[in-house]
Amino acid sequence: MPALEVKDLNTSFRTDDGIVQAVSGVSFSLDEGHTLGVVGESGSGKSVTFLTVMGLVDPRQAQVSGSVQLHGEQMLGASRARLQQIRGATIGMIFQDPMTSLNPVKTIGWQLEEAVLIHQDVTRKDARRQAIEILKEVEIPRADQRVDDYPHQFSGGMRQRVMIAMALINGPEILIADEPTTALDVTTQAQILRLMKRLQDQHKMAIVMITHDLGVVAELADDVLVMYGGKVVEEAKVDDLFAKPEMPYTWGLLGSLPRLNSAGERLDQIPGQPPSLLNPPSGCAFHPRCEYVMSRCRTEMPDLRSSAQGADHRFRCFLEDEERTRIWQGKRAALVSEDAA
Amino acid sequence: MTHFLIRRIFWAIFLFFVATIITYLIFWVIPANPAALAAGKSATPADIARVSHFLHLDEPIWKQYLRFVWNLLGHGSLGRSYVNRQTIDSSIAKDAPVTASLVFGGAVCWLSLSIPVGILSALRPRSIMDRISMIFVLIGISAHPVWIGLILSYVVGYRLGLTPIAGYCNFFTGTAGAQCEGPVQWAYHLILPWITFMILFAALYVRLIRANVMETMSEDYVRTARAKGASERRVMIQHVLRNSMLPVVTILGMDLGLALGGAIFTESIFNLPGLGHELINAYNTADLPMITGIVVFATVAVIVFNFIVDVTYGFLDPRIRPS
Repeated sequence: MPALEVKDLNTSFRTDDGIVQAVSGVSFSLDEGHTLGVVGESGSGKSVTFLTVMGLVDPRQAQVSGSVQLHGEQMLGASRARLQQIRGATIGMIFQDPMTSLNPVKTIGWQLEEAVLIHQDVTRKDARRQAIEILKEVEIPRADQRVDDYPHQFSGGMRQRVMIAMALINGPEILIADEPTTALDVTTQAQILRLMKRLQDQHKMAIVMITHDLGVVAELADDVLVMYGGKVVEEAKVDDLFAKPEMPYTWGLLGSLPRLNSAGERLDQIPGQPPSLLNPPSGCAFHPRCEYVMSRCRTEMPDLRSSAQGADHRFRCFLEDEERTRIWQGKRAALVSEDAA
Repeated sequence: MTHFLIRRIFWAIFLFFVATIITYLIFWVIPANPAALAAGKSATPADIARVSHFLHLDEPIWKQYLRFVWNLLGHGSLGRSYVNRQTIDSSIAKDAPVTASLVFGGAVCWLSLSIPVGILSALRPRSIMDRISMIFVLIGISAHPVWIGLILSYVVGYRLGLTPIAGYCNFFTGTAGAQCEGPVQWAYHLILPWITFMILFAALYVRLIRANVMETMSEDYVRTARAKGASERRVMIQHVLRNSMLPVVTILGMDLGLALGGAIFTESIFNLPGLGHELINAYNTADLPMITGIVVFATVAVIVFNFIVDVTYGFLDPRIRPS
């Protein structure tokens, strides 16, 4: 049984301007100890999907349907008390901006102890010992002194380590990381990713890595979901995705990755803006930005279908298989020749 | 910390001079003849000239100002009233406790109303509770203190006879010639002035607290707390409240400092012998030393409360704690 199984998840928000369909019909499963990379632009619904999984969307504004099963237990519609038991204990979560994700008026020790005391029946002294231990584990120097410092006394990278420590302190089975490296500089990013990988091996936990950075996905993920306009547009094993992406949007994402030796050249970019979820485009959400758009794309949303490579590589596109193979080979040749140049 | 204190003290001195010089300048500009007012209705021009000389009003204004500064620095005295020759120090010492009773008691009232109401409206925006408090806020912001005071005095004091209509009683017993005294009478007589203050200020504070709590609730660290599995109650008490009270402390400090300089309307309506009351009298008799004395007191009050705010802020927010 997968650790987390999501089926046909829909989340919409009532706003003053109308209904925003942030997540529509998202399904995936996460196996124990595996890493799922979730890729997409801002506004693709990747963060909202997992806030919904955690029950962290405001029920007064959000309408949620579908199924979220944690080891077979239905989480959608579970009681608030049950969700509070799960959050921080079975599923830990870390967020994008470590500068604002810690309470500025409490010491980090207090905040770590709080996480322990919510879920474990231990004394504050014992909670503090656990806090120092986990700070050592996320490689914070002089952890036994720094535990009494306030968040503003730490750098961004160190704060993200504290966030990771806080998410891991109760030994969760699943860690949801919502763009954990986006707000950090490149060298710090690499350190944080390495740390997460090491902790995953030690703690045998599953990770959901939400990111817009395909480099991060390539480094960490086993499986990948590509999201666009609140929908999954392509899903595959990480190697399959990079070997033969099937969907024009994924091609665009791969083409817009910076490469070291393409000196001075402009990066490929996907023209246009991510779709408005308030007034989504008709048919395929990607059609206004797609180079290969056909008349059918404007009226119909393609279903997720299996690739010729295997049933677990699925994507949404109306282009014929030969056509897509031809286009991708052309693109890959261009990318490879640039790399070689 | 020393650096901070020294800067504070320099600011205080600067503010003191600005406030008092402006008071003297205004006094010099307005067409008033304090000597004639002090000499009385039946005084001859010769009497007025004598009074004028006696009060040093025949000197140029800058000389009068220097005399005031010299008296304050050299003798620690704010001078004597033109009208009744009482020392200003003793008048202020007599009036300030009345104003302080009104202001601090009022602050306790308006805070104990606006903190819970502000938080509840923030938790349930657009609910019935929020809308009712919004109506109350609109009334409080729109209404004039004189009107509120008069209505309360008429309805609660006169028609219903629940409270005294006006007047003040000392908190401490043992004042000679007092008609009433003691904590119970003190509070009893101050109920309506406090409620007037409460309606005025609670309106602003409910809005302020509601806005701050709502803003804090959308902070990332509140989401982090929820992701840890914290209950809503814990999120509110441990993570939202302290952070959302920071701006409230600033505004409260400024309001208290300002109000201590004289709650003119409320004191007039309820006939409370406080600084605001004294200020009105001094204005009517062009009693410059009294006006300047109250201005000095108000300046000191504002400075002291701003200092208290800064120190409190340091306790509440480690980011600005002087190391």
